[in-house]
Amino acid sequence: LSRIGDELYLEPTDSGLSLRAVNSSRSAFASFLFAPLFFQLYEPGFTGPDTELFRCKVHMKSFLGVFRSLPSLEKSVGKCLILLKPRACRLVLQLHCKYGVTKTHNLAFQECERLQAVFDTQSCASRLCTPARVLAEAMVHFPPTLAEVTLQTGPGGKISLQNYLWLAEDEFQSVAVAPGSHITFCLKEFRGLLSFAEASNLPLTIHFDEPGRPVVFTLDDTVLEVHLVLATLSDLESDSQSASTNGVSHLPTPSDDFADDLESYMAAMETSEGVSGGLPSPAFPLHTPRPAESDLEEEEEGAVPGTPPHKKFRSLFFGSVMTPGRPSPATTQEVLAEDSEGEC
Amino acid sequence: MPFSAQPPASAEPYVLSASLDNARHLSSLLRAVHFQDHATCFATASGLRVTVEDAKCIQANAFVQAEIFQEFSVQEESVMFRINLSVLLDCLTIFGTSSMPGTSTALRMCYRGYGYPLMLFLEEGGVVTVCKINTQEPDELLDFDFCSTKVVNKIILQSEGLREAFAELDMTSEVLQITMSPDKPYFRLSTFGNAGSAHLDYPRDSDLMEAFHCNQTQTNRYKISLLKPSTKALALSCKVSIRTDAQGFLSLQYMIRNEDGQICFVEYYCCPDENISEAEV
Repeated sequence: LSRIGDELYLEPTDSGLSLRAVNSSRSAFASFLFAPLFFQLYEPGFTGPDTELFRCKVHMKSFLGVFRSLPSLEKSVGKCLILLKPRACRLVLQLHCKYGVTKTHNLAFQECERLQAVFDTQSCASRLCTPARVLAEAMVHFPPTLAEVTLQTGPGGKISLQNYLWLAEDEFQSVAVAPGSHITFCLKEFRGLLSFAEASNLPLTIHFDEPGRPVVFTLDDTVLEVHLVLATLSDLESDSQSASTNGVSHLPTPSDDFADDLESYMAAMETSEGVSGGLPSPAFPLHTPRPAESDLEEEEEGAVPGTPPHKKFRSLFFGSVMTPGRPSPATTQEVLAEDSEGEC
Repeated sequence: MPFSAQPPASAEPYVLSASLDNARHLSSLLRAVHFQDHATCFATASGLRVTVEDAKCIQANAFVQAEIFQEFSVQEESVMFRINLSVLLDCLTIFGTSSMPGTSTALRMCYRGYGYPLMLFLEEGGVVTVCKINTQEPDELLDFDFCSTKVVNKIILQSEGLREAFAELDMTSEVLQITMSPDKPYFRLSTFGNAGSAHLDYPRDSDLMEAFHCNQTQTNRYKISLLKPSTKALALSCKVSIRTDAQGFLSLQYMIRNEDGQICFVEYYCCPDENISEAEV
């Protein structure tokens, strides 16, 4: 998760503890859901009819600092206790180590809104399932600085990772792909997930659709569910066509307008307080759960992403972004132009 | 000057002369107190003491008893000089720092007295190096006046338990807070850094605890930057004794076993941090 974002979102739910992260350009989102069975004891806390389960976010570095040296942790730590203390504003991580030694870390946290990307693996046209090892071995040949890769399904059941190699269908555990489809995505966040998958020996499933629609990587286990959602490059030739067919909430094509909008909300961002850093790009629509905003009432398939930006600039930004209809987390050409310039 | 085991008969007798078959017995100990460039050497018939100080708040002493040396002779009551410890260590390890089994650097150290340089003769595998290090006027050393009768709390721990803790101390915290108490939490190390606070608790009945004599609950804070160098001494040692007196002065004594199984000591003394605010629990 640290390969994706600087902040770790912790959300206890009835189905387990969810740890999530999103990157600054909102083009990558990952969540790890640990089922209650994963833990010796799991108490998500009290919920009343009006209150939701408490959730928070902490700085990734602070959290990782607690688990600094993994090899020694494995040898010396017996159990780890995680407590959320809302009144004291502290997330308590207590490690019970050998010799009766107890290490207690009290981390400061920030309250946050629910972070959730909009995606639906059922609606994806193609699906590939493979042991992580297969992809890891394939990627060994890639130059380490490679930022993006194109996955393409070719004739004769060949799957290629452009432009480096072909994998035959039989190397995959299961293949259900639309022929001739291709997607391009950033490698940085993907590599993190791949090493986790390899280490935990879980098969990786790739759900994808048309270029521009997000690609979803999932790992499934009895006690753990992992999702990584990455934005993909939309086809450059058919930018306006694919944008409209996807019913995308995109910025108006004349780039001047985009620049103006960008300037106005950047200005608003500077003057407003309490805004989370990072440019909310149109990659994932920033819905808020507040019913007051009439535009944003649409409850999609679990669509409640993002930390709500300050009200003032939100109306400026969303004024140009929100189009009625099914919003999907597609990317626009403007945003992707930045990504492909190597900042993945 | 030819390398010989005995000082030339015609020259003035050396005020201090010592021989050591394995220079590492000395260099590893000196590294454990090497947090400043300069050190004060103090030699008496019982052995050699090397002292390093900083900020008038912290003092570290490395003791090498006469018995560790193959030959150790001090012609006066005591001999004292100030020397550049970095240079001394560089010379002692001139043949390299890796400890390959079977090879060791032999050392002969000679000092003629006030104003003279310290002479080092180092030999390994037939190769001899001669070093002359200038000595300086010794500084006045701090006297922490820490004696066993004034100790309020004392514990002795196996170093193994503390090593990782000290190596991973949150350096964004300005202080290291040490709580010693006859009641819970018994022995606690705390830091207050950018990410939040962290506490490390050692219970009195832990296997690591060799001795636990706490009479009073005391919580003291020390500047973490001053104590961090003690990690080197901790890494070498097998046991450490932690003592505080009524004013909150801290004494850390490390028992170090060298390659030949001989015991040496390194101690650190530290003043409590003056800007004490309410300790965060």
